[in-house]
Amino acid sequence: MAKRASDVEKLVRSEYRHGFVTDIEADTVPPGLNEDVIRLISAKKAEPEFMREWRLKAYRRWITMQEPHWAHVQHSPIDYQAISYYSAPKTQPQEDGPKSLKDVDPKLLETYEKLGVPLHERAKLAGVAVDAVFDSVSVATTFRKKLADVGIIFCSFSYAVQNHPQLVEQYLGSVVPYSDNFFASLNSAVFSDGSFVFVPKGVRCPMELSTYFRMNAANTGQFERTLIIAEEGAYVSYLEGCTAPMRDKNQLHAAVVELIALEGAHIKYSTVQNWYPGDANGQGGIYNFVTKRGDCRGANSHIAWTQVETGSAITWKYPSVLLRGDNSIGEFYSVAVTNNFQQADTGTKMVHIGKNTRSTIVSKGISAGRSQNSYRGLVKVVGAAENARNYTQCDALLLSNQCGAHTFPYMEVKNPTAKVEHEATTSKIDDDQLFYCRSRGISAEDAVNMVVSGFCKDVFKELPMEFAVEAQGLLAVSLEGAVG
Amino acid sequence: MNAVAETAPPYADSFAALQHTRAPDWLAELRRSAFARFTERGFPPERAEDWKYSNTRALQKLRFSPATTPPTNLGTEAIAAALLQHPQVQRLVFVDGVHVPALGSKHAAVPGLRITPLDTALREHRADLRELLLPEARWDNDPFTALNTAFLADGALIEAAGNVQVTAPVQLVFVSTPHTEACASHPRVMVTLGTNVKLTLVESYFGLDGAANFTNSCTQIALAANSRLDYFAVQREAQGDFHVSRVYVSQRERSRFASHVYNLGGEWVRNDLRVRLEDAGASVRMDGVYLADRSRHVDNHTRIDHLVAYTASDELYRGIIRDRGHAVFNGKVVVAEAAIKTDATQTNNNLLLTRNGEIDTKPELEIYADDVKCNHGATIGQLDEQALFYLRSRGLDLDTARELLTGAFARVVTDRIAAEPLRRFALEQLASALPQVAAEDGA
Repeated sequence: MAKRASDVEKLVRSEYRHGFVTDIEADTVPPGLNEDVIRLISAKKAEPEFMREWRLKAYRRWITMQEPHWAHVQHSPIDYQAISYYSAPKTQPQEDGPKSLKDVDPKLLETYEKLGVPLHERAKLAGVAVDAVFDSVSVATTFRKKLADVGIIFCSFSYAVQNHPQLVEQYLGSVVPYSDNFFASLNSAVFSDGSFVFVPKGVRCPMELSTYFRMNAANTGQFERTLIIAEEGAYVSYLEGCTAPMRDKNQLHAAVVELIALEGAHIKYSTVQNWYPGDANGQGGIYNFVTKRGDCRGANSHIAWTQVETGSAITWKYPSVLLRGDNSIGEFYSVAVTNNFQQADTGTKMVHIGKNTRSTIVSKGISAGRSQNSYRGLVKVVGAAENARNYTQCDALLLSNQCGAHTFPYMEVKNPTAKVEHEATTSKIDDDQLFYCRSRGISAEDAVNMVVSGFCKDVFKELPMEFAVEAQGLLAVSLEGAVG
Repeated sequence: MNAVAETAPPYADSFAALQHTRAPDWLAELRRSAFARFTERGFPPERAEDWKYSNTRALQKLRFSPATTPPTNLGTEAIAAALLQHPQVQRLVFVDGVHVPALGSKHAAVPGLRITPLDTALREHRADLRELLLPEARWDNDPFTALNTAFLADGALIEAAGNVQVTAPVQLVFVSTPHTEACASHPRVMVTLGTNVKLTLVESYFGLDGAANFTNSCTQIALAANSRLDYFAVQREAQGDFHVSRVYVSQRERSRFASHVYNLGGEWVRNDLRVRLEDAGASVRMDGVYLADRSRHVDNHTRIDHLVAYTASDELYRGIIRDRGHAVFNGKVVVAEAAIKTDATQTNNNLLLTRNGEIDTKPELEIYADDVKCNHGATIGQLDEQALFYLRSRGLDLDTARELLTGAFARVVTDRIAAEPLRRFALEQLASALPQVAAEDGA
């Protein structure tokens, strides 16, 4: 028992590792939202007219919308007028963004070092191209040149708006329209930056692309927008990571990610989300209300979402795939870990529209502390979708007697050739397995970690190598001391 | 059947008419408050989660009058297909919601078992009747139970005091008959079993050709320690009939409840079956077969609340969807924080056989305790091509082969019925809609 007590103590003491604040002068718009703020954001970013109009359309729609409350989460009301919708590090040249890493404020680079995103090193050693988003603006994009040689555009969203407006205009909102839902509309109105990827026909992206998001300033929301387009036969693997400093107030994060896969294209999108989850008493933390959707627009296209969700006070996200092209494939692999007072309501939507479409859903939920962890998913087969096939498996592991694990799968089928399967199990972490590990001399903590990572293996194996390692580590940190 | 008038709340005329009948004060008051609740809440809003796939618009459009005089010319032969053949069966028959003693069984009463038509109990001013009624808190949000309570007039009370094994099954038959004006009935069934009681109850909802009525039934079941109830609900209403049913079950320690639901008729059907496992050792088995064919809409919502430690549930629902049928299944299992050692299993299998059919299924788990074993599975698929090929290679034509396999799919559920005469009864009822199901009953 003494051992257990010390583990619990360790949990109490264990702090959010990424919880430092970088003291950088920021150019922050005063809190509040109205058309002028949107015009101001648009002007600050020197956007073309279509962009400004689109934002205003989204805003006008948003004010008519109601905040949704169907998710299995509880939070105090969000005051949208108390949020600052734009915050940019001031020392950065505003006009045309940094030309190279040399132009970036050294303090910022230091932040990324602390986060474990050494831009230089990652760029050179790991061969990962990183677009880092700090609060609301993109700080630097590595490897832009090398990618440009094969025709790939990988840049911040604002850069893309200015330099590739025709692509942005063509694809923006074509998967998640500005009127899609409350948080997506808010994002459409105020999004400040994000990543843009365009992989032309037949090109296989030679490296993993990566974005790192960090929320620094207090009382700001982060509203980034990511748009990835893979033309015919293209392939791209994209990684996204997120952190935020510790603050006792809740911060809002409402991102939108749109993926477009044309004929034969393959997009792999991996997320390791580690926003600040709030402290052990449920104070503070990020509200992560995200809309992610992929569109398998062409025949034989393939979109795979992999996510490891360990952070955020509240997670509300359903990466989805519209399987419009014939023979297209959608995949969703997810590990969601909740501890303390975290709440997660996450899952996916697979909409089968084309012929011979296939989807796989593997969701692993792990709840500890007093957290609530829900899987919510939709598998829809429309009348014209011949030979659709879906397999869904969602398992939940419970590590404490005060947490909750819930499953809300929806299956809607209108075609008599469809095969849809759903399986779910919920159980406690197996005492026999723990005992076996302990009897071999493995500490309680390590035993739990081993069992949990075994439980998550089906998902981790879908992650790119270096992320898989990071994810395992994150998992261990998140569950520190959760079981004695 | 006029369109709903903008101002008058639905069923206001019927309710006004009811005010002229004599009733004890407490009942009049209860009806008034229930009707007020119904008027205030109205029908479920279209976007309500529990009604996502079942639109009540068609039901709301219709005007139903209360059936006051039961048809006198109805004989037992007209409803023979619905009757449970058993030498000792205790049967009450209701025609359009009104008890018709002439159609009931004439067997001697079974010792220890008391079956009272609700109208009789009301007439006799039974003092404990009010306490037996479902507590308001349990249907606060349900407009249909409120409506049922507002029109509380007929139905049945089934009581067994304790320590009795009733071998005679009880059957309640609710017949819907054709009328020039469609009518609504709101039968209430109250079942109270004392400790160590075993009983079988069959509720049959049967429609005569041409009937187009609305049956809004409510059954409440309370099982004391160690009691056991086998509950059959066979729903074979006519093509134009609407049916909404609510079944509320509460179980004390080591009681066992097994439900067998067969949805084989009606135009628009919505069933809610809610079981509360309130004491350790209580267990529930919920089985069901639903057939959504022609243009039928069949919606089954079930909810099991595991409220304490050491309770178990096992649920199997199978659905067949063909023609332009639309089936909905929503099975919810809630495990409360205290309910450790819960063992819950739920399976929902669906056969979607035609292009215009639709199935929407949603098995839900809500778990707040850690030391539990819960799982659910749902499938949507078709008949096995290989099995079809095998049967055809043996000389069966395609239609027969399909029917045979469809019947076999449904039979998995009836095979779980242990008691022989009731399994045969269930098979017969099933065979009315799926003729091949009863072929070669080996038992």
